[in-house]
Amino acid sequence: MTIAIIDYGLGNVKSVANALAALDIDSVLTSDQQKLADVEGLILPGVGAFGDGMDNIRDMGLYEVILREVKDKCKPILGICLGMQLLADGSDEFGAHEGFGFIPGWAKRLTPSARSFKVPHIGWNDIEVTIQEPLFNSIEETPDYYFVHSYYFEAKNESDVSAWCDHGGRFAAAVQIDNVFGVQFHPEKSQKAGISLLKKFYGFVKSC
Amino acid sequence: MLKNRVIAVIILRYGEVVQSVQFKHTNVIHTDPAYAVNCFSKWNADEIVLLDVSRDRERREIFLQSVEKLSKTCFVPLAVGGWIKTTDDIKEVLSLGADKVIINSEAVRQPDFIEKVAKRFGSQCIVAGIDYRRNSAKEPTVFIDRGRENTGINVKSWAKEVEKRGAGEIFLSSIDNDGMRCGFDIELMKDVSDEVSIPVIAFGGALTANHLAQCLEETGVDAVSAANMFHYSENSMRKMKRTLKQKGLNIRF
Repeated sequence: MTIAIIDYGLGNVKSVANALAALDIDSVLTSDQQKLADVEGLILPGVGAFGDGMDNIRDMGLYEVILREVKDKCKPILGICLGMQLLADGSDEFGAHEGFGFIPGWAKRLTPSARSFKVPHIGWNDIEVTIQEPLFNSIEETPDYYFVHSYYFEAKNESDVSAWCDHGGRFAAAVQIDNVFGVQFHPEKSQKAGISLLKKFYGFVKSC
Repeated sequence: MLKNRVIAVIILRYGEVVQSVQFKHTNVIHTDPAYAVNCFSKWNADEIVLLDVSRDRERREIFLQSVEKLSKTCFVPLAVGGWIKTTDDIKEVLSLGADKVIINSEAVRQPDFIEKVAKRFGSQCIVAGIDYRRNSAKEPTVFIDRGRENTGINVKSWAKEVEKRGAGEIFLSSIDNDGMRCGFDIELMKDVSDEVSIPVIAFGGALTANHLAQCLEETGVDAVSAANMFHYSENSMRKMKRTLKQKGLNIRF
């Protein structure tokens, strides 16, 4: 049972690998199409700009393979931070860009209600969980996770949002449909609460 | 609600953890930085900052090995500073597991550096380090090269400038207060925090939970950080955070 961490040249993918290693989960950091087909689960990490992310994914020939593995073969995927936003239909960050469209929605810039809510939203914030299974079951009340982002996932259907966060306005901290999961925060940098979420994602992969 | 962060700073000279007093580093605290990181991570630090204060690059390799080793067990954000002069320096520490870099001297020396690397790696990855001293007229002035070169630049206007250039956070460090156990420079922390809209991390002078609390209560900074105070007592971070929590501060505990 192996998880592939998709390396498309954006952000600190090493820390996701370190977190999985600490859990004794077999993982491979890769941009190889065949490996993405061979593994049982995918993690799409990433920090940075939406357009650059999608461009890199297309340039590396990964778009079709991810689409096929997730849509046709129903392989579990967890998008983290930018990786979550790439699951959406698109983004208006620095001009319009198209995403994977796994979960209906759009990545938009945070526009908090007051100046005291700074953008980027950086730091530990608590979330309100609305769907517990499978990523948030038996967690302590309003756990804190580490966020760092200027854009958020505006889900078309609120029922796809599994957790909410508030930063001068409510936004999706996590989304999910079937085998597709996205978290805006960084589980790999959220200490125990985050590591436990990665473990639960792995549990879901195993159960498939 | 977004929490105020309590950040542990680890100062490394040629790979050893050292104590810092007004940017002079005489005492070695630990020879193995992994020990310190393990403790801080276990004790619930919200973030860890690793600074390389070595005088030259000769033994940079030792520092880089520390970054790699530490990142393996550090499941909170890790920021790395010192000797970050080129895009390749940033790529190198990120590939070893750092999440952010702190850029200080080079931001002054190469006017387009912050802008260039913020575009390349994203603002979230670029922390502008500002070290300063107050001159005889008490005006805060930016220093670079580990506190050795006075640039004559005013701290508030420089903070505004690095924000404009694309820095995602400011690590604001008082050389005068560093290691003096007198608490933070409250007045300037407040001034800078009021001036910019990006998060400010206060550093320099904290010894007690009251110092941390005062800075969070009175200045509007997003994060407080300290180095020496966390090294000398068992479980210090957790105890400190408990006290802050009891004072009603918005802390992850």
